[in-house]
Amino acid sequence: MPDPIEKVSIVISKGSLDGVYPGLIMANGARAEGIDVNLFFTFFGLDAIHKARHEHIKLATVGNPGLHLATWLGGVPGVSTVMTRYMNHKMEALDIPSIPEFVEMIADTGAGLYACKASVDMFGLTEGDFIEQLKDIITVGEFYEMAAGGQIIFT
Amino acid sequence: MPTIMVDGQEIEVDEGGFFVHPDQWTEEMAPELARTAGVGELNEEHRRVIKFMREEYFAKGTGPTVRALGLSSGVPVKRLYELFPKGPAKLAARIAGIPKPRGCI
Repeated sequence: MPDPIEKVSIVISKGSLDGVYPGLIMANGARAEGIDVNLFFTFFGLDAIHKARHEHIKLATVGNPGLHLATWLGGVPGVSTVMTRYMNHKMEALDIPSIPEFVEMIADTGAGLYACKASVDMFGLTEGDFIEQLKDIITVGEFYEMAAGGQIIFT
Repeated sequence: MPTIMVDGQEIEVDEGGFFVHPDQWTEEMAPELARTAGVGELNEEHRRVIKFMREEYFAKGTGPTVRALGLSSGVPVKRLYELFPKGPAKLAARIAGIPKPRGCI
């Protein structure tokens, strides 16, 4: 039998609902298996740990052919909000937590939450903009050091 | 299917070491199963979680995930990981003599 996975470092780089959930589910699932997890939020993925924004993460209704919506319709004001609400209802029915609740739970499982320094600087953010579960703002080099010996998953 | 010896009984388990027949489990088996699962001495909180796993399994046909455990067992997620560091739902299911819980969240 192949060796089991002992550690994963998951990068969340997108700020849409469909861009954030997969990484969170993989992180939570890894912890449930007893796998060590580091979560690295970069670029628009930072919204998932941004205090004022993490409750308002929206489904991408433009440039998302998987939704099977006409492109022009996806861009109509309000469509993204309505579709996001629809998705959230569906997920709630399946007992999938909201993004803020999910991120907090993942921190409780012992996963480390980190923000990308380059992105934080670029967006003019500071530590105070993030949820208290954030462990540190780190460079990409520090991320690789932390990820050593494990698998890296980019989402 | 492989078998293991627990408390003097031969038990059929799956590849992950989970009981195939939860009815074969007795409370006396828990300490020995905990040791082989790397959990060590069981305290009151461990036992509460293990009892809850079995109740949920017999009521719903599958054991709870970590999130479900955290919401309904009375033991918060943070504490669950202190009690069962290598995966609370998975290890508690193994010690509770039920199949591995299936669920993604």
